[in-house]
Amino acid sequence: MLDRTVALDIVLSTLRDAVDQNGGDPASVTEETVIVGPEAVIDSIGVVSLIVDIEQRLEMDHQVSVTLANDRAMSQRNSPFRTPAVLADHIIATESEGLAS
Amino acid sequence: MLITGTRKGIGRHLAETYARRGYIVEGCSRGAASFEGEGYTHTEMDISEEKAVKGWISGIARRHGRIDCVLNNAAIASMNHVLLTPAATANRMLAVNVTATMLVCRDAAKVMMRRRYGRIVNFTTIVDPIGLAGEAIYAASKSAVATFTRIFAFELGAWGITCNLFGATPIMTDMIKGVPKDKIDAVVNGLAIKRLGSLDDCVNVCDFFINPLSDNITAQVIYLGGVS
Repeated sequence: MLDRTVALDIVLSTLRDAVDQNGGDPASVTEETVIVGPEAVIDSIGVVSLIVDIEQRLEMDHQVSVTLANDRAMSQRNSPFRTPAVLADHIIATESEGLAS
Repeated sequence: MLITGTRKGIGRHLAETYARRGYIVEGCSRGAASFEGEGYTHTEMDISEEKAVKGWISGIARRHGRIDCVLNNAAIASMNHVLLTPAATANRMLAVNVTATMLVCRDAAKVMMRRRYGRIVNFTTIVDPIGLAGEAIYAASKSAVATFTRIFAFELGAWGITCNLFGATPIMTDMIKGVPKDKIDAVVNGLAIKRLGSLDDCVNVCDFFINPLSDNITAQVIYLGGVS
């Protein structure tokens, strides 16, 4: 079972890489940085990349195979990708609900 | 290299050919493998099941660390007049031909993105452009694959992944063994090249699409026999 702290570290690390590649300041990324929407630090393609990169890191480094853009995510009123903290919660929920393969 | 539907027909020939050439080939089908060969690994699965596809591709990524090529060959057909086609038959065709293609493309592309390289070939059919009576649902499912492929190619272009379509003319495989000879003859007589397709015709087109030099070839379709 993945620990939330580990999940959050992966999200923050991956998001910092993405922000850095876009010429932003990776040190400014926190648990509450906005990932999706008008205030987002990355664009929509960046979000796609981010989610895939996180899935791949979970897979390769922790043998956790999850599809984060799952039915659970799509049915929520608020995006489970909106901040690193929320996304980390979503990763843990996805794994615990057996949505991982 | 991933190839779907490798137990028989075109898929088996592609798997045997590329394994013989030295590719590491991962194949799948609903049934057990019908052949063995160095470099070939077979997985029994229902390719329309999301978890099965995810698990299959995750396992391949863990074992090999990369996926370079995907040949989405698996498909089912049911030649029947629409007025005599049950909904369950139509839904099963859409699940295997459309949803499964999407699932394999999606999960393989995620692995390909790591290396910013990939070649995907999705299999369509000439019965869509020629409008063959009796194949409406099958043609519709492959038409969906064609549209999906063209748009997916644009979604993947930024990551160096190409996505193309191959449409074979009739080839003597199990898929068309139940089709009356006069029907096959009528299709062949309408082609520019008036012969059945061959398994090596399929290899030839795939060779072109998966060539590393084909990095500027995407969202394209190649039909055999002069169909356009």
